[in-house]
Amino acid sequence: MQTLHFSYRAASRLPGKRAQALVGVVASGDLEVLLQRTPQSTDCMVTVSTAVRGFDAVWEAVLADFVERRAPGGLRISINDGGARPDVVALRLTQGVRLMGDDA
Amino acid sequence: MSSRDARLARAAPFSQDKVVAAADVTALLEAVLTPGDRVCIEGDNQKQADYLARALARCSSEKVHGLHMVQSGIVLPEHLDVFDRGIATRLDCSYSAPQGARIARMLRTRRIQLGSLHTYLELFARYFIDLTPNVALIAAVSADSAGNLYTGPNTEDTPTIVEAVAFKGGVVIAQVNELVAQVPRVDIPGDRVHFVTRSPQPFYVEPLFTRDPAGITETQILMAMLAIKGIYAPYGVRRLNHGIGFDTAAIELLLPTYADALGLKGSVCTHWAVNPHPTLIPAIEAGWVKQIHCFGSEVGMEDYMAARPQIFFTGVGGTLRSNRALCQIAGLYACDLFIGSTLQMDLQGNSSTVTRTRIAGFGGAPNMGSDARGRRHASEAWLKAGAESRAAQSNALPRGRKLVVQIVESFGESMEPAFVERLEAVEIAEELGLPIPPVMIYGDDVTHIITENGIANLLLCRSPEEREQAIRGVAGYTEVGRQRDRRVFQQLRERGVVRLPEDLDIDPLDADRTMLAAGSIRDLVRGSGGLYRPPARFRNY
Repeated sequence: MQTLHFSYRAASRLPGKRAQALVGVVASGDLEVLLQRTPQSTDCMVTVSTAVRGFDAVWEAVLADFVERRAPGGLRISINDGGARPDVVALRLTQGVRLMGDDA
Repeated sequence: MSSRDARLARAAPFSQDKVVAAADVTALLEAVLTPGDRVCIEGDNQKQADYLARALARCSSEKVHGLHMVQSGIVLPEHLDVFDRGIATRLDCSYSAPQGARIARMLRTRRIQLGSLHTYLELFARYFIDLTPNVALIAAVSADSAGNLYTGPNTEDTPTIVEAVAFKGGVVIAQVNELVAQVPRVDIPGDRVHFVTRSPQPFYVEPLFTRDPAGITETQILMAMLAIKGIYAPYGVRRLNHGIGFDTAAIELLLPTYADALGLKGSVCTHWAVNPHPTLIPAIEAGWVKQIHCFGSEVGMEDYMAARPQIFFTGVGGTLRSNRALCQIAGLYACDLFIGSTLQMDLQGNSSTVTRTRIAGFGGAPNMGSDARGRRHASEAWLKAGAESRAAQSNALPRGRKLVVQIVESFGESMEPAFVERLEAVEIAEELGLPIPPVMIYGDDVTHIITENGIANLLLCRSPEEREQAIRGVAGYTEVGRQRDRRVFQQLRERGVVRLPEDLDIDPLDADRTMLAAGSIRDLVRGSGGLYRPPARFRNY
């Protein structure tokens, strides 16, 4: 198991009041994403725990696109990876951001 | 005495009229065959003349050797055992997926002298020109004492093989599940069959076309939505062929739901050249499908098809009549779209399922997945595709194009990228001295590529550079995809050459399993009114 850390400055803070959200599951080919709101800043900090080595550049590319497209400022995101492919990672991140944006 | 008469005379001691005891089949084969004969063991991706294959593999290599195998499928271990034992030396075939790894090893060690890898239709064609078999070993459900054969729903290759062998002085030997007083339907007339034997077990049939809806992912549903809204709808695709992947199964299961909501019923997916996929049941029951012609059958679909003669081709007694050669021709000339998956695609859109360790052959995909240059009838889909590809030529005559769509996730099993700079098939060809690399679908036949990232329309590309950038544009986070030129990518998007889900007003978060018309095999059984009877391995409920 290895842990990767990424930090970004998003274009804006993600709207919505929800403090945290959990999407996905730690299953083969899937991943669990925990999103937690952090105060004030537009930073987005991402931690990835994965058993699959050698894909740092792919994580970097997926996360950079995600930050650019969804502006998830003010979030701390923890990922438990079960060997998910990039499309599933992008899907779960987008689902997580949508949940955090809900006012419920 | 003709060669056939001589063969039949040598075989006489082992048969009573046409009937041979199962235990005598190897001796019969040793009597009938002569060294160097061309032999076809019937078998494709579905049914297998498995008892006769085993009997041939048991022959003495002193008596039988140097055979040239000319057959659709290398599927059973015995199909390769004959090469290990020296009974056969030369091979021409079409499909070898289940034995892909072993055949690759045996080609490297020169255990097999390979003629060519063919498409089904191409090999059938050569049966009538320069690869006519001397002896055919075929499979049927039942035979009567005159040798009339009933094939059941899996007629498949049998009429084509028998046509070539029986009328060109060859010998036809059939294994049957039972000997009966009268066959329910004559699929092969008895005067074309020289010997029949009742095999101890019914011949094997692989349920290759059953996809459990429970295995369909959200990504595959997204790709299916892209196919329906981005290709089927704008081109008005009525006549088509589907591959066997989970992505195309997802399309079938979205017809009565998603495509219905788009108002497409009756204007797309009405006429099919396709095997009886169980995942088509909901669309058939919802009245989407007008007609289906089949290459072969599918285990468990027999009663359902017998109850739907308005949809399927059936004979006396209601049983399906399939025919691989004719359905391949239908897919080539009478369909406007082929959609299927692949393992590797290069930057010009050439694709292959051959890798360093596996040689899978072609089957029928290249026949369906190619533009039929001899086609002379027009349809809306064909003309629209043709107009797009010829838009840059001002004085070109009107002419259509087949829609050839590759649907592929950017990463395959164990994170292997589907998009590569160079196909492994090219290296294999160099290593084995093949005259051409084993390419499944050539890039110049491909019109669209669908991935989870979007659709690339290659008809609109005006240069090899544009084509390369369009492919990079849908190649996602593969190395090939990450090297895209972002400026060119935006230009291609503006011109509609690359379309992302949002460009088609599709929200990837809507891609949900609840959209599938059936979520499980059990749902398919229920949808068929209990007529679909899935094989045991799919009865997981």
